Amino acid sequence: MSTQAEIIALPPRLRWRRVSLRLGDFPLIPTLILLSVALVAIFANVLAPHNPEVGSLAARFRPPFWQTGGSTQYFLGTDQLGRDVLSRLIFGARVSMIVGFTAVIFAGVVGTGLGIISGYLGGWVDQVIMRLTDTWLALPALTFAIFLAAIVGPSMWNIVIILGITYWTRYARVIRGEVLSLKEREFVRLAIVAGCSKWTIMRRHILPNVINSAIVLGTLMLGVVIITEATLSFLGVGVPPPQPAWGLMLSDGKQGLMVGRWWLTIFPGCCIMLMVLSANLLGDWLRVKLDPQLRQL
Amino acid sequence: MSSSIPSSASYEPTRRGVPVRTAPLLELQNLSTHYVSAQGTRVVRAVDDVSLRIHAGETLGIVGESGSGKSTLALTILRILPPAARIVSGKMLFEGEDLLERSDAEMRHVRGKRIAMILQDPMASLNPLFTIGDQVGEPIRWHDGASRATAWGRAKELLKAVRIPSPETRVTQYPHEMSGGMRQRIVGAIGISCEPRLLIADEPTTSLDLTIQAQYLNLLRDLQREYHLALIFITHNLGIVAKMCDQLAVMYAGRVVESGPVSQIFNSPAHPYTEALLNSIPRMTDGAQRLIAIDGQPPDLAALPPGCAFAPRCPRAFARCREAAPPVFSEGGGRTARCWLAAGSGAA
Repeated sequence: MSTQAEIIALPPRLRWRRVSLRLGDFPLIPTLILLSVALVAIFANVLAPHNPEVGSLAARFRPPFWQTGGSTQYFLGTDQLGRDVLSRLIFGARVSMIVGFTAVIFAGVVGTGLGIISGYLGGWVDQVIMRLTDTWLALPALTFAIFLAAIVGPSMWNIVIILGITYWTRYARVIRGEVLSLKEREFVRLAIVAGCSKWTIMRRHILPNVINSAIVLGTLMLGVVIITEATLSFLGVGVPPPQPAWGLMLSDGKQGLMVGRWWLTIFPGCCIMLMVLSANLLGDWLRVKLDPQLRQL
Repeated sequence: MSSSIPSSASYEPTRRGVPVRTAPLLELQNLSTHYVSAQGTRVVRAVDDVSLRIHAGETLGIVGESGSGKSTLALTILRILPPAARIVSGKMLFEGEDLLERSDAEMRHVRGKRIAMILQDPMASLNPLFTIGDQVGEPIRWHDGASRATAWGRAKELLKAVRIPSPETRVTQYPHEMSGGMRQRIVGAIGISCEPRLLIADEPTTSLDLTIQAQYLNLLRDLQREYHLALIFITHNLGIVAKMCDQLAVMYAGRVVESGPVSQIFNSPAHPYTEALLNSIPRMTDGAQRLIAIDGQPPDLAALPPGCAFAPRCPRAFARCREAAPPVFSEGGGRTARCWLAAGSGAA
């Protein structure tokens, strides 16, 4: 009898918890951060108070406006060439966003495509593609990216291609694994029985079933890709100098750190951190939400 | 061996007692499918020298234990065998043309369009990401080049044909919104969507509970009558065979050991294996306390005994059975048996 009383007493609390879980686990702040960075990137021309690539040498190393010597003309101060840090951050968001999203999509399309082909066709095709990914994964990603950058030379679109080439293997691996289990499912066999060709099955039945995983992986990869882009720019093989990029700003500002010009590194550093953290949190949430094993039905 | 099979003209299928003298819809002649190991050292004779006929509108039941080659036979007919399998010999005449001579591309236009199949687990046969309308309409779009709108219209008709209530709303729904029985009927609708001549049902009711099973079997019968389908029914349930089938083929160790009209086989089985199968059906009426089983294990298909494959388990085996495999003996009336015991009774 006592257990029955407990059961009756429990529901309200349980229900409250379930509701709070359902509403509470959506990563609102990360989503807002990503959205606002995206908006800033889109409307950079309107929002930036100064030209990000041209400064006045008379106004070098101005601190942010709340420090002595700072003014609201240069909100977050200026760098060694007198360029407005805020404007450079705003245009840098554009570079990060473009590189991040296009590289993730590029790597995703290549990796998912090869993963599906590898998993579904099997045999020697699978062997060739998987040994290729093994070789790829054996190389340290960053070293490989620097190597590629040294070959093709620095430019924003080259960075996109380099990152795509570096990271497609992660998709190929994960997607192939899923395809291996999907292709044994009855609905794929029914499609075979109904006379669909291999390509039709891959396009119509396999691809829509792996797109969830590809999206989750893409969101998680966004952070990695942005970090790598910043690293390449920091190392001088990424986005070429006059263009504003967060990694480049870090690199330019690092000499000033010891003499108290902290704003040159702290602001771009925070931007990178916030964006990567947001992408990871959102990706993690998506992973839980879209994972067919954790999800009911 | 093939000479002992009566020619198709003298063969009289007895669908509802009416003898039909037409060319069979599908005729398998001495068909063999073997699984070969990677080194080529082990050969599993999954389907061995099988000859069968099925006429339009007829139901052929194929029964046998697990591993007797029933499913491999179905996959052979559609030519969707796994890579390790080889169709090593025989002919497969479907509407007069040998399917074994068709290219893979041509076979794709046979599958689903002229020969359709319902799989062992129709519950899982639907893609969870597409609406019912899309999935039922897909073969029509694929084979007949119909537009999406036409396919949807046809999908509604098909859902009505398989007795799904309010098909207008059902076409827009997803598989998880359907009950098990409904999903089953939807798979049936996909099967008949292109109005095939032959429908192969590979144990379509094993995953269903009994009441839904009966409903589904009735539906299949009605669809068969309506579309004049030939139906190959693969099962290990002899009760279903008695209810559904006109003709029966009993498979053992990859071979058809007995075939003929269902009622005749049930009344007087010619092969001891068939007899043993029929005896092992539990009966509620005779008061027997124990279930009757067939002693022993089915043989290893890669190492068949030299004589009859059933000889080691056969209660009526004699010396000859262990020495030579029996050929197909005709029993008359379209009946055949692969047993030395039938040697005297029929025109061998």
